[in-house]
Amino acid sequence: MLDSFEEANKQENNNVKDNRRKSAVNKGLIVLATCCAMVAATPIVRAQDATEKGIEKYRQMLREDPWSNPGLLDADRGEALWKTPAGPNKVSFEKCDLGKGPGVVDGAFAELPRYFADAGRVMDIETRLMWCMEKLQGFKHSELVKKPYPGRGQSVKTIGAVATYVASKSSGMKFAAKLDKPQEKAVVALGKAVFFRRQSTHDFACATCHADEGKRIRRQGLPYLADPKEARQVVGQWPAYRVSTTQVMTMQHRLYDCYWQMRMPKLEMGSDVSVALIAYLVKNAEGGEIAAPGLKR
Amino acid sequence: MRTISISVAIILLAGTSWSAAQPISKADAARADAAILKAFPAAPADWHSRFVQDETMKQCSIYENSPPKAIADAIQKREKAKIEYPADGKFIGDWKKGEKIAQSGYGFRFSDYPPKKAMGGNCYACHQLTKAEVSYGTVGPSLLNYGKIRKFGAAETKAVYEKIYDAQASYPCSNMPRLGTHKVLTIDQIKDLVALVMSPDSPVNK
Repeated sequence: MLDSFEEANKQENNNVKDNRRKSAVNKGLIVLATCCAMVAATPIVRAQDATEKGIEKYRQMLREDPWSNPGLLDADRGEALWKTPAGPNKVSFEKCDLGKGPGVVDGAFAELPRYFADAGRVMDIETRLMWCMEKLQGFKHSELVKKPYPGRGQSVKTIGAVATYVASKSSGMKFAAKLDKPQEKAVVALGKAVFFRRQSTHDFACATCHADEGKRIRRQGLPYLADPKEARQVVGQWPAYRVSTTQVMTMQHRLYDCYWQMRMPKLEMGSDVSVALIAYLVKNAEGGEIAAPGLKR
Repeated sequence: MRTISISVAIILLAGTSWSAAQPISKADAARADAAILKAFPAAPADWHSRFVQDETMKQCSIYENSPPKAIADAIQKREKAKIEYPADGKFIGDWKKGEKIAQSGYGFRFSDYPPKKAMGGNCYACHQLTKAEVSYGTVGPSLLNYGKIRKFGAAETKAVYEKIYDAQASYPCSNMPRLGTHKVLTIDQIKDLVALVMSPDSPVNK
């Protein structure tokens, strides 16, 4: 898994080879990725076990000091971006309505995805922010979806940073998206159909990896996302700071990465497929606590 | 009384599993098809086939991989007919090559184009195979000592070939990719994997 991840990111990665300034944990991961690339069985496992221990220690430190999560730097950057005029129209996000009225951020993430009458569709946080960048700030849609995610080791882009900020302002709350309007119910049902839809050269669906408990790919544990109990534990951790790529990864980016692994092309940010999957996951996670930004391997 | 409560429990359980096995509606499946067609606008034109499901994919999707018996039987029959056998009639290749194929997850992702090396089978992602490789997944069953346990039998060897070629010919809606049917692996690569699982000298059986 790791060697393939490394392969995939090489192309986007030429300018971020130097990660030496990162923490000791991250150094360990770079060594680990190199080991994996060499396909040397025993060293991989030793390095991986050491990495797991390193991350567990890191998580422990975070529990003791929640402010040490590097993802919060992106949340701070997101807050600044929220307030800064940008785009051809030179306006900030402060008139952006995330569902609780223009400019209301506190608790907004906990009620997403939801149906927005002005856009005529159900939107998750990132899709809604993209809509605001288009309609309020005047950016072109085609530019926003062109290369929406950061290369390995680079900081999350504007939408991701603002999404991290908005999500952090619901941290500690429970998922409370109602998803009861006809349009919302239809999107959740679509998300379920997409989750179980098998396709492409390997017959993969999301369900191939995420519809059973206690399974893993190589040594990476797989959450059982069709099950509310597990969904409640993990969905609220996104956006999350990923130690292995030293960056915040958003839910839209995570799904893009899943489809890469499923041997599908590049999933477009804000597509009906990604919004529907997020709605399905959030529905399954209903009542679960939001702990964003989380921390992931 | 005890008997009664047990039968009530059985009825309740049966009821639960029946509702869990309720298929995804045709309308929702059709909406998913349409949404998938629009969700990957950057896809190269020759990737279109990846969006389109064959009959087996369709059935496994709507029944969440637990199809009713009649459909399961139809899938099995259909997939069995897709298996191509080695021209020389031999199922066992080189386990050393097989081990490399089992380790590699390379191939078919958008970052793997144009291909720079042979496609992998990525078996270790889901299966335990050798004692030496402890970084294995558990989505599929452990295959440690698989050949030894089956006394390296000829019929079992052929069955392993068929399993790798088209996993659904023996287990409808298996999570395992149909590696031969989809031409992910060549017949020779599949033979190398059969050798990994079924050769007495393979580390799988040591």
